[in-house]
Amino acid sequence: MTTAAIVSPPGPLSPGRRAIKRLTRRRAAMAALGVIAGFALLALLAPAIAPYDPLATSWSAVRKAPNAAHWFGTDEIGRDVLSRVIWGTRASLLAGVVSVSISLAFGMPIGLLAGYAGGWLDALISRITDAMLACPFLILAIALAAFLGPSLTNAMIAIGVSATPVFIRLTRAQVLQVKVEDYIEAARAVGNSPLRIMWRHILPNIVPPLIVQTTLAIAAAIIAEAALSFLGLGQQPPAPSWGSMLNTAKNYIDSAPWMAVWPGMSIFLLVLSFNLLGDGLRDAFDPRQR
Amino acid sequence: MVKFLVRRLATIAPTLFFVSILIFGLQQLLPGDPAMILAGEERDPTVIAHLHQKLHLDEPLPVRYLYWASGVLKGDLGESVRIQRPVLDLVAEKLPVTLELAFLAMLIALVVGITAGIVSAVARDTIWDYTANVLALWGLSTPNFWLGIMLILLFSVTLGWLPASGYVSPFVDLRANLAAMIMPAFVLGNSIAAVLMRHMRSAMLQVLGADYVRTARAKGLEERVVVLKHALRNALTPVITLGALEFGTLLSGAVLTEQVFTIPGFGKLIVDAVFNRDYAVVQGVVLCTATAYISLNLLADLAYFLVNPRLRDSQA
Repeated sequence: MTTAAIVSPPGPLSPGRRAIKRLTRRRAAMAALGVIAGFALLALLAPAIAPYDPLATSWSAVRKAPNAAHWFGTDEIGRDVLSRVIWGTRASLLAGVVSVSISLAFGMPIGLLAGYAGGWLDALISRITDAMLACPFLILAIALAAFLGPSLTNAMIAIGVSATPVFIRLTRAQVLQVKVEDYIEAARAVGNSPLRIMWRHILPNIVPPLIVQTTLAIAAAIIAEAALSFLGLGQQPPAPSWGSMLNTAKNYIDSAPWMAVWPGMSIFLLVLSFNLLGDGLRDAFDPRQR
Repeated sequence: MVKFLVRRLATIAPTLFFVSILIFGLQQLLPGDPAMILAGEERDPTVIAHLHQKLHLDEPLPVRYLYWASGVLKGDLGESVRIQRPVLDLVAEKLPVTLELAFLAMLIALVVGITAGIVSAVARDTIWDYTANVLALWGLSTPNFWLGIMLILLFSVTLGWLPASGYVSPFVDLRANLAAMIMPAFVLGNSIAAVLMRHMRSAMLQVLGADYVRTARAKGLEERVVVLKHALRNALTPVITLGALEFGTLLSGAVLTEQVFTIPGFGKLIVDAVFNRDYAVVQGVVLCTATAYISLNLLADLAYFLVNPRLRDSQA
């Protein structure tokens, strides 16, 4: 007996593992994941990492350019920009994750129901989804935030609700594709309840596009939270948030440009990372799309 | 054609109905008595009583909705509590400014996005393709309000070439108008150019692999003719249709861009209304935006139907 005959070949990888393997080969996506992890650490360890109290003002250090004591400079009332950027990471990441969780929590079950049930229920849900999609995302979020009142929590609710129709539509489209497969027919034939079929047989098969959409939606939600805070409808001063920092910074652009550079750069870097990760996941789950 | 139009209109009617419910429903989010809040900070008892009567606040919710919807159908979007003028007049006054901004932004987006998409597809996996993809990713990831601030820093504060803010009507001074609008238009068009570039690239890649393109090449046609005459024509139609659907992004972006550059348009109207607690204006702006979006969607569908012979024949 030869050695080759003794060593059994490794079993075939599951689609999920194959996707993860493909993802790890994509350097841009892995670098993006590293950046996101870095920001998450900053958010978690903000109290330990930030060199100053983000709310502490200093009238002797008003609008100081970046220097050894204040690496990113100071703002219009002498607060340390680096410390505020680090603490601002919390608001941005929280807004991204919580808003998208709201969208996913409502959008996925509603989309599942619409796609699986079909008929009048699907028609009703689809028309409501169309109506929500007809209102531009940020304008709807602004309107909701305006009526709910300005705060980070309400901004997250507004963004989450505004992004929900995208998840409903995506889930519904995926369910329509999957529900005609033979294994769903078989599951139905052996007497599984519709709820069980949706939960155990359809949902696991539509997860990949939902993961991709979730990643891209977090990027959009981070920009939307920054936009709402920029307009004064998100995180309220003096609490630090990248959007509200930019709102103040635009008034001092000629005398203290560093006030605008760092928060903007942080939004860009974090959003870029989520977009790169989303692109990487899309390619990993469906290499033909590339 | 008529059949197609009727079928599309039949789907639009319920959508508009739900849009109206959504926008009417916004008012119900206000805590407490809406009249107290809508009356503004003064809370004048006369105004509150007037609002109670005008908004039929003592009636049940469905009746209130019917009153509101019938008013909207007659063109009555309510009245601004702050400025004491009909909302429709305010919208009509601000709309041309935003439309000019949107038109210039779309022009920039189409020229940059389509050109970059073609170059990227034709030169697939070359430095041009990578550069175009990196720029598209940059466009999608840059918050436009930050880009606006950075451009003001460069072109207004540092170089002094362009005005940092303000608006001049093109009928008063076209040169000054363009000088004031070029930065906001670029900022607004930037992310749409990125989206169009990605769609154009994938549409071109699909078309360039088609049999008829291979045939055109086999006939010995110049590559320029193959790309621009044979491939581009077919790849462009869905991209232009998608461009029309980017209208929503355009309006969302306009809110922020107008805020950064202090342009007195539609976007600034809604933001000012939010801070003045002028809720009728907020509702009016959302309603007008949604109606415009649905109409544009319909026009895009019609355009696609008209230029696509296969779809036309299948519906005949």
